[in-house]
Amino acid sequence: METFIFLIFAALAVASSLVVVMHRSPVYATMSLVVTLFSVAVLFVLLGAPFLGALQILIYAGAIVVLFLFVIMLLNLQKASAEADRRRGQLWVALPGALIFVGMVGLVFLRAWRAGAPPLQPLTADLVSLKGLAAALFSDYLLPFEIVGLLLLVAVIGATVAARRAPDAVAGSGPLPREDFVGAGDEPRKEARS
Amino acid sequence: MSEELVATLLKYAVMFGVFINVAPIMNWVERRACAYIQDRPGPNRVGPLGLFQPLADAAKFMLKEAVTPAAADKLLYLLAPVLALLPAFTTFVIVPFGPDLTVGGRTIPLVVAPVDTGVLLFLALSSLAVYSLVLAGYASNNKFSLLGGIRASAQLISYELALTLSVLAVLLPVNSFRLSDIVAYQQAHVWNFIPQILGFFVFLVASFAETNRLPFDLPEAESELIAGFHTEYSAMRFAAFFQAEYTNMAALAALGVTLFFGGWSLPGVHLTGWLGAIVGLVTLIAKIGICMAVFVWVRWTFPRFRYDQLMRLGWKVLLPLSILNLILVAAMTLAGWL
Amino acid sequence: MVPISWYLMLAALLFAIGTVGALTRRNGISIFLSIELMLNAANLTLVAYSRQMGDHTGQLIVFFVMAVAAAEAAVGLALFIAVFRSRRTIDVNRLNLMRW
Repeated sequence: METFIFLIFAALAVASSLVVVMHRSPVYATMSLVVTLFSVAVLFVLLGAPFLGALQILIYAGAIVVLFLFVIMLLNLQKASAEADRRRGQLWVALPGALIFVGMVGLVFLRAWRAGAPPLQPLTADLVSLKGLAAALFSDYLLPFEIVGLLLLVAVIGATVAARRAPDAVAGSGPLPREDFVGAGDEPRKEARS
Repeated sequence: MSEELVATLLKYAVMFGVFINVAPIMNWVERRACAYIQDRPGPNRVGPLGLFQPLADAAKFMLKEAVTPAAADKLLYLLAPVLALLPAFTTFVIVPFGPDLTVGGRTIPLVVAPVDTGVLLFLALSSLAVYSLVLAGYASNNKFSLLGGIRASAQLISYELALTLSVLAVLLPVNSFRLSDIVAYQQAHVWNFIPQILGFFVFLVASFAETNRLPFDLPEAESELIAGFHTEYSAMRFAAFFQAEYTNMAALAALGVTLFFGGWSLPGVHLTGWLGAIVGLVTLIAKIGICMAVFVWVRWTFPRFRYDQLMRLGWKVLLPLSILNLILVAAMTLAGWL
Repeated sequence: MVPISWYLMLAALLFAIGTVGALTRRNGISIFLSIELMLNAANLTLVAYSRQMGDHTGQLIVFFVMAVAAAEAAVGLALFIAVFRSRRTIDVNRLNLMRW
């Protein structure tokens, strides 16, 4: 049963990640990323981390990807034409590199599997429970926790400042076009999208 | 293992049966209550008191022609109503609807998914409601829909924060994410809305914003953006959005009454067995009904918030209030009062 | 039972796919999505090892990685907005002020 669930969601994760990487439209790529995140969340639950699975959906799929979609829609990004989107020449380097990486890792694990690697350790109640996680978080990892809080604060301030209009620029009076984003003068798409 | 599966499916069937009927009933309640508040009769032609109006509406939805905009992004356009239904019909699986039932020697908790992550799963699944709004707005190839979609996503993710923090405050004295433990805590102490009244009000306001209900319904504002993100949807696709909105309201109401008003329990009533289960379910439905009536009442009483007022309220008022509530509840828990 | 190496292989595969995406896409947002994919692959590896060693450390590091990914996404997208405002494009081939 567990093997069955793993195989389904692993296949789903790989398929949707291929769509993320290869699809021309940024919106489709983002929605495929959601499917990938879901599959990884299910795998987290299989591995005995249900809280991380829920957090994955809450943070990644529910907030970060929504932010991506928001920016894509705000910037009104259109689908790129297929051959113009790929950086010429990069693919010839990246693809063999990736294949060599996967091949090496695969070889290591294939050997380990054939030689009888230790099976998955059984789940302990402590590993799955939130109490164990929280106890470790707030005792051994308290300093990283506080630093991450500070990091998030800094990120919020940085993002607000970076995305702000220049204080003296008013829409319609400077060298920039009148409407910054979802354009007032844009024509709707004439041909059907597919 | 398979008995557990059967029990889970039966429990889901019960909850599904409750939540699928929310939309038709609310359709009638909304229109009659709106008419009453506005001092006019409301639908009274179709059946006594207009009680068969939802049937007439359902027939209309099924028979109407579904118009698809020519330049719409077909896949996303058709996906958006389906995505709207997904969080609506998966979030209620962690709401308990009765005390533990003992059947044939085994104790079955009356929750569809009695997992440790409880409330966190609810919040995670309900945060996915943004996608249908955003995709509907984007795929319709319509400026008003796009604006409605952008506003909806910004509104939803802003008020999610206040909602999550007010829920978090409830969890502090209980030490558990499970809703069954929260109900047990409220049975042992007083209903949560009394000591945590600030958190309750933050939750109430944030839940209006999360479900796109007036006074926060600018994303689908009828007089401002035509119909906002669902302008280009007709017939059954609109019915899907409609159903999803009411079911979302009911699921969030179920969470709210479980967190703040004792859920399926009544003070002083401790029945067990099948009678206890039925009384628990009926109590939960009654409380959800009262909550939905409040939703309708507020809708037809208050004017709509302007978008910048809405964002200001979410970030500058509700978020600090919910953090204040969290600190207060933490202090009270430490002091031993809760 | 699924051996741990299967999870690790899957994570390596996702990481490789993400790397190819990050190196070959021209659209800045698509590069960002591929980076998120790589982060997820790393998270999967960490949780798999956490399970194998029976320790909470891996899960905690994933917790921090998620928070850092959120911060990075927010700042990165804000930078994209700022760049778009002045250059009207986020095609990384054209965001090039260097001479050679």
